Amino acid sequence: MSWDCKTAVQQASGVPPATENELATFIVDCRSRSESLCIAGGRTRLEANTIRAHHQLSTAALSGVIEYEPGELTIIARAGTPMAEIEALLSTRGQQLAFEPMDSRSLLGSSGSSTIGGVVATNASGPRRVIAGACRDHLLGVRFVDGAGRILKSGGRVMKNVTGLDLGKLLCGSYGTLGILTEVALKTLPVAPCQETIAFHDVNAIEAVELFAKALATPFEVSGAAFHARTAWLRLEGLERQVSYRRDRIQALFSGRQTEILLEDKSRLLWRKLRDAEHFSSLDSPLWRILVKPSDAPVTMAALESLGGSASIDWGGGLIWYAGHADSGRVRAALPAGHATLVRRGGLVASDMFQPASAPVAALSLAMRRTFDPAGILNPGLMGA
Amino acid sequence: MSTISMPDPDKAILARAPDIIAALRAALPADAVLADPAETCAYECDGLTAYRCPPLAVVLPRTTAEVAAALRICHQYGVPVIPRGAGTSLAGGALPTADSVVIGTMRLRDFLEIDTANRFIRVQTGVTNLSVSAELEPHGFFYAPDPSSQLACTIAGNIAMNSGGAHCLKYGVTTNNLMGVRMVLVTGEIVDVGGPEFGMAGLDLLGLICGSEGQLAIVTEATLRIVPKPEGARPMLIGFDSAEVAGECVARIIRSGLLPVAIEYMDDVCLRAVESFAKAGYPDCAAVLIVEVEGAAEEITDQIERIRSIAAELNPVEFRSSRNAGEAMAIWKGRKAAFGAMGRLGDYLCLDGTVPVSKLPYTLKRIGELSQQYGLEVANVFHAGDGNMHPLILFNANAPGELERAEAFGNDILRLCVDVGGCLSGEHGIGIEKRDLMTKQFAEDDLAIQMEIKDAFDPAWLLNPAKVFPLEMSRRHCDRRVASR
Repeated sequence: MSWDCKTAVQQASGVPPATENELATFIVDCRSRSESLCIAGGRTRLEANTIRAHHQLSTAALSGVIEYEPGELTIIARAGTPMAEIEALLSTRGQQLAFEPMDSRSLLGSSGSSTIGGVVATNASGPRRVIAGACRDHLLGVRFVDGAGRILKSGGRVMKNVTGLDLGKLLCGSYGTLGILTEVALKTLPVAPCQETIAFHDVNAIEAVELFAKALATPFEVSGAAFHARTAWLRLEGLERQVSYRRDRIQALFSGRQTEILLEDKSRLLWRKLRDAEHFSSLDSPLWRILVKPSDAPVTMAALESLGGSASIDWGGGLIWYAGHADSGRVRAALPAGHATLVRRGGLVASDMFQPASAPVAALSLAMRRTFDPAGILNPGLMGA
Repeated sequence: MSTISMPDPDKAILARAPDIIAALRAALPADAVLADPAETCAYECDGLTAYRCPPLAVVLPRTTAEVAAALRICHQYGVPVIPRGAGTSLAGGALPTADSVVIGTMRLRDFLEIDTANRFIRVQTGVTNLSVSAELEPHGFFYAPDPSSQLACTIAGNIAMNSGGAHCLKYGVTTNNLMGVRMVLVTGEIVDVGGPEFGMAGLDLLGLICGSEGQLAIVTEATLRIVPKPEGARPMLIGFDSAEVAGECVARIIRSGLLPVAIEYMDDVCLRAVESFAKAGYPDCAAVLIVEVEGAAEEITDQIERIRSIAAELNPVEFRSSRNAGEAMAIWKGRKAAFGAMGRLGDYLCLDGTVPVSKLPYTLKRIGELSQQYGLEVANVFHAGDGNMHPLILFNANAPGELERAEAFGNDILRLCVDVGGCLSGEHGIGIEKRDLMTKQFAEDDLAIQMEIKDAFDPAWLLNPAKVFPLEMSRRHCDRRVASR
């Protein structure tokens, strides 16, 4: 149900490209016939029904881990590699993708198998964003095919690299509008051996965000700060001694408050659910992902909830999930600044899932899109063009 | 004679120099425009001092509006513009041509906003890197990227070159700590990208601008992520009698799951120079690692013990941990003095390539062989944790042919970096220094799309035009574009 490419037809042969060269040849053909493409990884992250395309292009056959070097903290994989495969491989060496990409399936009711290419194309980043950065910060290099059918690369496999423009950043979060990723190199990090979560019950959004600001200003490396249904949570990760020390220090900082400690697997389960915004998965209303300045979160949340529906907070205030039926104009008007992306339509007909950027940024973005995809055949209609 | 050439100045622009200077003077405060050769010669080069050329004029604006005014005039007259921070680039990124106007950011020196609740600072980009952390000190925060030149280098230059530093192993480089910019396009149009939110609407133009070496826009204001200061930090020093074993130790520390804030490497040539210069009391051995860990006292002790046991398996000749601030300073003393100490040995070229950490031992061995082959000594001092190497090639600039030989040696080292899976530049950028090596790392199409992006931002190629791309290639690219119009 998440994939709704209305006019899409399968690629003539029905066989998805299995190499960069096959993909490039296909794109060149499409371009010469002015036929557009709707690009699909695992079809789990995007309700793509604004895309009107001649073909649906799957990266499923561009799959497999190319290289994994635990000692270098790097993994290189083809774009269609299932996330499950990558996560399983990394866990054998006690490592992970530290940006904690969400699994959107319960939220969107999608059933495919999420791919690493889809994660990068959507810059999917979870609760650890507050300390570890987003997917784009962990992306070391990309290979991709642009809308002219050129096989291109940028970046590499090393952490420090200023050799030419960083096209990886541009591709990351471009939702397939600039090119079709074929290979990504990502930084991996060790999974912390211990974790605990401090829960603060019966707090409101204002108190929660104040609490987050205070905790995130400490050197205790809080790696999660979320709020829902009058509970605020802070996550601590690290070596055993670090976690116990930091927990004591943070509890002392909020000594007037009642807290509950969630240990290890209980903590992990909680953050997986928060990552996937599971608390909104049983609703059928539209769902928005809203980025604001953290201290603006309480007032934004109140304004949104006054339109009906409910909201939760992640990233210490920087991310608001809002489930409600208000139309896009009213949702966006409720934000003091920042931007709102519609991730689940829930019957909302508005086509602008992505908030338009400011006029000069939109003009530059459009210029980039024409540079990468001169014929406008990649995911037309998505991201405002 | 050097091996890197710059385009000949455009005679038509030189002929109009008085008009251009007059137009700049009319639009800007009197002291913001320098055209006297006695003054412009201070801007004739950056840290790559082998290449010099005074510009036609230098503009030193104090506001974004003044930057915009200067760019509008340069755009109108078709004058090349060389953006410049503090001029500490080691790659020639701020080298002018005789027909160019340098726009320096060094008078854009205001701290605009500190917001600890939202963990950012907004600054004008002429502030120095170190002054940002100094400004944050009373608030208990710091700005993480810390290039060696941090006392002098500006945030504008850090953004242009996506600068790193010793501590980026844990905190990332400039691009990971940059939340937003105000920038001026070549036309003089002012554009805001990003801000205090964790992400922006539309494409990630911020990631594109960072590291674009002043070829897309001039950044005048920046919103920077700030980080709470750790409770404490302690370095330890580990000496080995083999470079390869030291390299192995780096890989084992990283594999262990510990994440030190810094792992620095110095080889024997560097150690000897440092010892005679700074008297840091370093051991006389083949290689020294300085590893720094952070946290509260007991967290630090825990991490030091873990690293001690990793190192012990490799039989170090020395393991020295610091128990107090004085001992910590003594351990860093030699490393911080390294570049100064090397300067006493004579002229040197400071390279900047990155290799995968597992390839460090092999790369060091090959550099040693090349050193023999070229008959030039090389010292290695670098950020080992992320494989960012800085081989220093020692030569005598007064000996005919030695600069060329040193450059050829350097180019071979950078090719080696690419061959083992690394890249041409970890943090200094391409500038003019590595321009002609770009085809080693990239195919023609890879560079074509980068040039097309420049076309979109700067159709006439006025912003830092003769940098980053091989000169012949960018010339052909621009000729083709003119022909197709």
